[in-house]
Amino acid sequence: MNKDIRLLQGNEACALGALYAGCNFFGGYPITPSTEIAEDMALMLPKKGGRFIQMEDEIAGIGTILGAAAAGAKAMTATSGPGFSLMMELLGYGCMAEIPCVIVNVQRGGPSTGLPTKGAQADMMQARWGTHGDHPTIALCPSSVEESFKLTVKAFNLAEKFRMPVILLLDEFIGHMREKMEMPAPGELELYTHPQPTVSPAEYTHYGDGSSVGGPYASMGSGYRFNITGLTHDQHGFPTGRSDEIQWKMDRLKDKIEGHRAELLEVDQEFMDDAEIAVFSYGGAARSAQQAIREARASGIKAGLVRPTTIWPFPDKALEEILRKVKTMIVAEISQGQLLGEIQRLNQTHTKVVPVQRYDGEMLTPNEVLNAIVEVTK
Amino acid sequence: MRMHPSYEMLRPGKKFPHVWCPGCGHGIVQGAIIRAVQKLGWSRDEMVMVSGIGCSSRMPVYVDFNSLHTAHGRAIAFATGVKLHNPKLHVIVITGDGDALAIGGNHFIHACRRNADLTVILMNNNIYGMTGGQYSPTTPIGKRASTAPYGTAERDFDPCALAQAAGAAFTARGVAYNALELEKLIETALTKKGFSLVEAISPCPTLYGRLNKEGSAVKMLQWQKANTINIKAAEKLPMDQVSGKIVTGIFHDVETIPYTEIYDRIIRKAQGK
Repeated sequence: MNKDIRLLQGNEACALGALYAGCNFFGGYPITPSTEIAEDMALMLPKKGGRFIQMEDEIAGIGTILGAAAAGAKAMTATSGPGFSLMMELLGYGCMAEIPCVIVNVQRGGPSTGLPTKGAQADMMQARWGTHGDHPTIALCPSSVEESFKLTVKAFNLAEKFRMPVILLLDEFIGHMREKMEMPAPGELELYTHPQPTVSPAEYTHYGDGSSVGGPYASMGSGYRFNITGLTHDQHGFPTGRSDEIQWKMDRLKDKIEGHRAELLEVDQEFMDDAEIAVFSYGGAARSAQQAIREARASGIKAGLVRPTTIWPFPDKALEEILRKVKTMIVAEISQGQLLGEIQRLNQTHTKVVPVQRYDGEMLTPNEVLNAIVEVTK
Repeated sequence: MRMHPSYEMLRPGKKFPHVWCPGCGHGIVQGAIIRAVQKLGWSRDEMVMVSGIGCSSRMPVYVDFNSLHTAHGRAIAFATGVKLHNPKLHVIVITGDGDALAIGGNHFIHACRRNADLTVILMNNNIYGMTGGQYSPTTPIGKRASTAPYGTAERDFDPCALAQAAGAAFTARGVAYNALELEKLIETALTKKGFSLVEAISPCPTLYGRLNKEGSAVKMLQWQKANTINIKAAEKLPMDQVSGKIVTGIFHDVETIPYTEIYDRIIRKAQGK
């Protein structure tokens, strides 16, 4: 069979990845620089029998996908900064009610209306801490068009398995960048769909033991009647004020991350075996870091790249090990230090940490990262 | 022992007593909804009750349907997703005057315009009850609330007129006092294709009643009895004799093709069928 090779934008690859993953419902509101995802879904979903709806705002966008997902859909929305801000309350609802869905944020410059057509990586902390209350967060961040496709598939798989919203943290640079990618053949990438309950409706508990990660849960209209609420609830989904039940629920949410870090984390490393200088970067910025490291290596500098594709949960242990190993860590990002803050939090060894930041709407260039690498070797 | 007719549709073992105050009209509305569903012979498995936040929005916990208690103002957005993904389900939205018309006002008008196939039961008690009696978009001008100690300076919405103007297929109003009329209106709304609204005027003696010196729960229901007029009777009277009264009945009822059916056609078109 001939290979299916296409020239695609990151946003287009994201929409195609969603369809590959079995997405059959999209609800959203137009916003630059994410709109291509909605447009592609509007075109392609009905061909596959799925449904697209343009809602009246981003709050309704996430609300309608949560409703569809509660009724059994594999659902997604896509937005950018201002819309992501509006979605925060219902992102928390999705975590509390344990409803799987994928939320794509194609990051642009902020705050406020900011830079609609220019990229940034400054929603990293919002993705983790934007909604109120303690809650689990999974956020994936692609650095290429191909990764945009594959991590969208992974986001759906994780949403289904972990029963929660999963954030795909794209940025405008990757979202609008065009590059070649080979389309995965049907069946090539693993797809996960959550199991349905096998017990009788009378025995069914919507938040029963073992259903938090990888377990069965029912959809509305499947013959299992249950209650879903954003109020803190017991295993049947009914509101509770009992401290033992509150503790149970909050620990259940916490365990989704704390009990499964190894499964969730993915850190790509290049030239790290003998590296004395590590560049820590992700998403769009990592492409420049990658180029800078190749150039540094060509001039004999022992530099390497550490690039997480899962940014939340944060790869604490992997990072601590690298901080112990290298002399210097350069943190390259398109924000005023959101990534840097996490590195400093984990830098128990007091390794030298050098920030390289840009937040003027332009892409961090390979030269800027290379200059920082050369500077620390002096 | 004879069971209460509503019993089979409730979650008695799990979630009673309810949160509603003595004299609240919401239980009467709940009874009317349950009887309407029973009359239609619909099974609990095909019913989805979606609500927002507030006193009325607590209803899904008590009723043994598929139940989805969402965030403040957002019930209609969630319900649209449920219905669009699985159009076979009967989706009822339970909401209040603050939930539907203030924080959820945008979703409300757009669901009317879109003609999403939902039945919205808007339980209007003219006040925010859950938070202790603040004025809502349906508190009449001059009436008192905890945030309007001198009377409100704002005009109120007519939810039925708003829904009709926004494109709803069916609008009706009933009062808690006349539970049988309310039940019939809800039954008609449930069978209606497209967006249907039933505004159920429900007394709040604990907050609205006390703050506005309307008397006991019984007195508030008696006031409803004395001041309610059906639209058919109202149409024959001069305006000044209708002014100040609650007009009940069906205001707007048109045949439409609901959103979900139009989208089904789009799917067929996209698939070249």
